[in-house]
Amino acid sequence: MAHAHAAASEHVHDDHHGHHEHDGHHDQESLKLFGFWIFLITDCILFGTLFATYVVLRNSTAGGPEAHELFEMPGVIAETFILLTSSFTSGLAVLSMHQGSKRGLIGWLAVTAVLGASFVGLEVTEFVKMVTVEHATIATSGFLSGFFVLVGTHGLHVSVGLIWMTALMIQIGRRGITSVTTRKVGVISLYWHFLDVVWIFVFTVVYLMGVM
Amino acid sequence: MAQTESAAAHHNGHGHGGGNASHGSLKSYVIGFVLSIVLTIIPLVVVMNHMLGRTGTMILIVAMAVLQFAVQLLFFMHLREGENARWNVLALVLGLVVLITIVAGSIWIMTYNTPNM
Repeated sequence: MAHAHAAASEHVHDDHHGHHEHDGHHDQESLKLFGFWIFLITDCILFGTLFATYVVLRNSTAGGPEAHELFEMPGVIAETFILLTSSFTSGLAVLSMHQGSKRGLIGWLAVTAVLGASFVGLEVTEFVKMVTVEHATIATSGFLSGFFVLVGTHGLHVSVGLIWMTALMIQIGRRGITSVTTRKVGVISLYWHFLDVVWIFVFTVVYLMGVM
Repeated sequence: MAQTESAAAHHNGHGHGGGNASHGSLKSYVIGFVLSIVLTIIPLVVVMNHMLGRTGTMILIVAMAVLQFAVQLLFFMHLREGENARWNVLALVLGLVVLITIVAGSIWIMTYNTPNM
């Protein structure tokens, strides 16, 4: 509570000085946001290498199941629209925050987290079915190694995002909307939109090209 | 706690002169969302109904994915807004150069490698 109060008076302080004179604290917050952009770009390169691996190994099925025999589009289409919608709702959370609505912010973050959790749930179901019913495991063929590593890394990112988002909701509940929580919400919404972008390429390169 | 919220609202009520202006309006989010849905449905319909040849489909779905990337960057991630916009764009360009080199280079080499092994 005391923390929130200190941050709130800092905001007022900001206003008195006008927007052209940044104090050190503000500069640091915006620098942290820029640092996160750098992280996203390195993450982009990580996914790029996994995409390259997948594309190169795509036809190396070693007698195992091929992409068009394995992929079931209804589930994948549902996952895609769920993730697109969650990207939108995380944007609405940022909007609520800038309107000063703590309840709106936590509410939209919760909606985003529920959508993200259903995405992960659908993906895990898909993987379990592949392994148990189709006997298509990560060791079956080069194609499936590439597939599970690429799609699994994305799923892991979403899962980490969910834990992070939950922790942030608790923090916002305790401290309210401060300059620090504002930056943190900005960072996680960037992360979430980024995961949506990566999924669009997974959807295109893995699934759409797989069933073509 | 109410004091905190009103202070935050007060801060943002002051317009976005040079502050952290990297957030859009409801309108820009809705436009971005609708565009991303449309850009997902187009390749889906084309692929599921086999509407184009192999090359045509490939070009179309990759183009749609790249457009979708642009929509997310501009409408949701506000790439061109805020204080660090120029640095964001420069870092992104550097990242894309590395990315395209890795992906295109791997595909190119491995495509012509296999028959000669």
